[in-house]
Amino acid sequence: MTEDSKKQNNSSELELLSFRLGEEEYSVDIMSVREIRGWTRATPLPHAPAYVRGVINLRGTVLPVVDLSVRLGMAPVKGDARNVIIVVQLGSQSAGLLVDAVSDILNLPRSELQPPPDLAADATQSYISELTIVEGRMIRVLDLASVLPENAIEAA
Amino acid sequence: MSDPMAEIKASFFIECDELLESLQDALSDMDEGAHDSETINVVFRAVHSIKGGAGAFGLDALVAFAHRYETVMDEVRSGRLEITPEAIKHFFQTADLLADQVSAARDGAPEPEGSEACLRELESLMGDNAPVPGAEEDEIDDFQPMGLSLDLDFSDEAFGDLGSPDTTGAEWVLTFTPQTALYASGNDPVHLLRTVHGLDASVEITCDMSRLPDLAALDPRESYLSWQATLSGDLEEADLREVFDFVEDVAEITIATPEDATAPETETEPAETAMPDPIAPPEAPAQNVAEPPPAPTPQPQAETRPDAEPAKAAPTAEPGATVRVDLERIDRLVNLVGELVINQAMLAQSVAEAGLPPNSPVMTGLEAFMMLTRDIQDSVMMIRAQPVKPLFQRMARIVREASAAIEKEVRLRTEGETTEVDKTVIERLADPLTHMIRNAVDHGLEAPHIREAAGKSREGVITLSAQHRSGRVVIEVSDDGAGINREKVLAKAISKGLVAPEAQLSESEIDNLLFLPGFSTADQISALSGRGVGMDVVRSAIQALGGRISITSVAGEGTRFSISLPLTLAVLDGMVISVADETLVVPLSSIIETATLMGDDIRTLGPETNVIHVRGDFVPLYDLGAELGYRAPKANYEGGIVLLTAQENGERSALVVDAIMEQRQVVIKGLQQSYGHIPGVAAATILGDGQIALILDPADLVHNASGRTRGRDIALAG
Repeated sequence: MTEDSKKQNNSSELELLSFRLGEEEYSVDIMSVREIRGWTRATPLPHAPAYVRGVINLRGTVLPVVDLSVRLGMAPVKGDARNVIIVVQLGSQSAGLLVDAVSDILNLPRSELQPPPDLAADATQSYISELTIVEGRMIRVLDLASVLPENAIEAA
Repeated sequence: MSDPMAEIKASFFIECDELLESLQDALSDMDEGAHDSETINVVFRAVHSIKGGAGAFGLDALVAFAHRYETVMDEVRSGRLEITPEAIKHFFQTADLLADQVSAARDGAPEPEGSEACLRELESLMGDNAPVPGAEEDEIDDFQPMGLSLDLDFSDEAFGDLGSPDTTGAEWVLTFTPQTALYASGNDPVHLLRTVHGLDASVEITCDMSRLPDLAALDPRESYLSWQATLSGDLEEADLREVFDFVEDVAEITIATPEDATAPETETEPAETAMPDPIAPPEAPAQNVAEPPPAPTPQPQAETRPDAEPAKAAPTAEPGATVRVDLERIDRLVNLVGELVINQAMLAQSVAEAGLPPNSPVMTGLEAFMMLTRDIQDSVMMIRAQPVKPLFQRMARIVREASAAIEKEVRLRTEGETTEVDKTVIERLADPLTHMIRNAVDHGLEAPHIREAAGKSREGVITLSAQHRSGRVVIEVSDDGAGINREKVLAKAISKGLVAPEAQLSESEIDNLLFLPGFSTADQISALSGRGVGMDVVRSAIQALGGRISITSVAGEGTRFSISLPLTLAVLDGMVISVADETLVVPLSSIIETATLMGDDIRTLGPETNVIHVRGDFVPLYDLGAELGYRAPKANYEGGIVLLTAQENGERSALVVDAIMEQRQVVIKGLQQSYGHIPGVAAATILGDGQIALILDPADLVHNASGRTRGRDIALAG
């Protein structure tokens, strides 16, 4: 992910799309975001892991949707009109990330990002590539490759 | 592809494929007894054209190979070499190797093995008649060069100027052969010829009536005449061209100087060797300048060969009627039309919800739109369809190689080669068919001496046929061998533990044992088959294409495998059902019947399973909602709706659903790429409301199913 974003954006600035999951704030590199869609009901997939909410119709293609909250070990996103699906692309693979709400677009110098400390007890930690503080709030930068569905990574 | 040479080269290889195909066709005709000069010429021309093109691109290995093949074929053409079955076998072998040579040249791969040996064997046919190398070049003066039609726009004028830079005052020979369309469009040759006559030159015009048939056979609407005019005087070719400007498309017009007309080979020879001239591709002279006056138009050629099958003649006679399109573009079109179908369904649904009266203009317009959409969809699917002929020709080669390897005499008969199937289906059918053909040669047919003892001809016949049958394609592989030895099959299955020793199996059940994994009847594992991959692999490949395979066998008369395939992989006829508030699609092809369960239909089997009793058979009951993890098994299935599905082996199962909604065509959207394989699910589709519905794969679902239709707690309570 970081490799990717460095290739795409050589400048020292990093643009992040931040969003809320429960009370926590996360973000993804805006270069990997294709679009943001309102909530639509996903068709559940049998025998899928709990964090895979199902598939939705994105203009004729079948897009798997990941409930990011469940993926990060929290309670499922409720799924109502206020929730949004962030469509991200990683390599040739697309997926939707279901989050509570999108909050902001942040411009940060790369130098203000730091790797997360190594805490073995936390499963979430492997999903986070970097940490930063913006106006007193801690923002986590997601490692996209690790949150997308397993099969999707293999296929990509 | 910016390099023009690379592009020309690419089209040369496409032409090669077509030439190889006509070569195979002609050899097959020859094999069936057509030893006439036309057939031999087709063979010769195909080889010669490949050689010519290859020379132009400096593909020396290919040229050398084709040259030696051509030399032998020339002996045949001149009657010095007799066409014997033995010789034809060698012709075929060499043709196969020529195909390998062409692909080696295309991919830049090393020369295929065995070329030299094969050529030597072929040349040994000539015996002492072998001509001195180089001498045969003189003997091709009656040979008409066959133009490679490259997709280049060399307009006649442009080329005429180029090919004959300064010919003012020269003599011209003009041949004018009107096609039927010329008369149909109201043109009169007389006016044109008068104009020619009026040109500032001494003109002599003769009419060629050689193609005029007997009065009884004369079709008054057909064009039989052609004219030849010799002009000498202060004329430019463009002046002559101008006269025929308006009829260019409906008549064959050749303009040449007498030297060109009498000695066409002097013009064509450089075409083979002097290619480096980048402006004039070698095929162009062959087509425009050197096409000699008596060149028959495609139509009369078909007429004068009534023995030739019209279906065969038609595609080769008009190569100009096709367009080569990048496959990607077609796929994009197919996808877009898929979107259109979904969109149309969504529109229809919202119109229906708006509650308009049925006779409102919107509704009638929508209906017309619906029909148009379906027509467009069908037409687009047809673009992807291709005749199975190339596939069948590959199989012919497999038969030749396989029968040579185990010394059986085998003839392959093909039927319905023009049947069209989706390109992807054809590609993915090659492996299973190869396997089946090898099996038929190896296991299906008996050894020659056994065949003779049974009163059959020494030569075994394998028939490969294709036909359309009720919206599907049926491909059959049958042999006239001994049929399936059911005792042996059953004994083998029992010894392998696939069947219980005391089991009573019907004949068709025994036949279907062949499809079980790990089954092979050959006692000795031969070089051909029996490599551990059996008919089960064939069956799963066919099933992956949405097809079914079945087997019938009559002792002493042979075995027939029948494959039934969908016409396309892009749409599917499905039954839309709902279960646990989810909408799903079940392929119609897998459903035999639907039924409502009565109380005494359901029987308890184990503590957690049920079977239903349908017309004397017990069929396992599966709760679709529970199998897909949507809900726990229901307590009571009385009054429930079941779909009875059948697998290829005849095994049936009953799937409980909540409701059947409709039957409709759905556009298949793959899940593999975006997500991966889900057990029991074949693909997805988008319904009229824009929601995604999963398309079930009943066979896979049942294979992975638990079969639990009675929860433990329920069993306790009941």
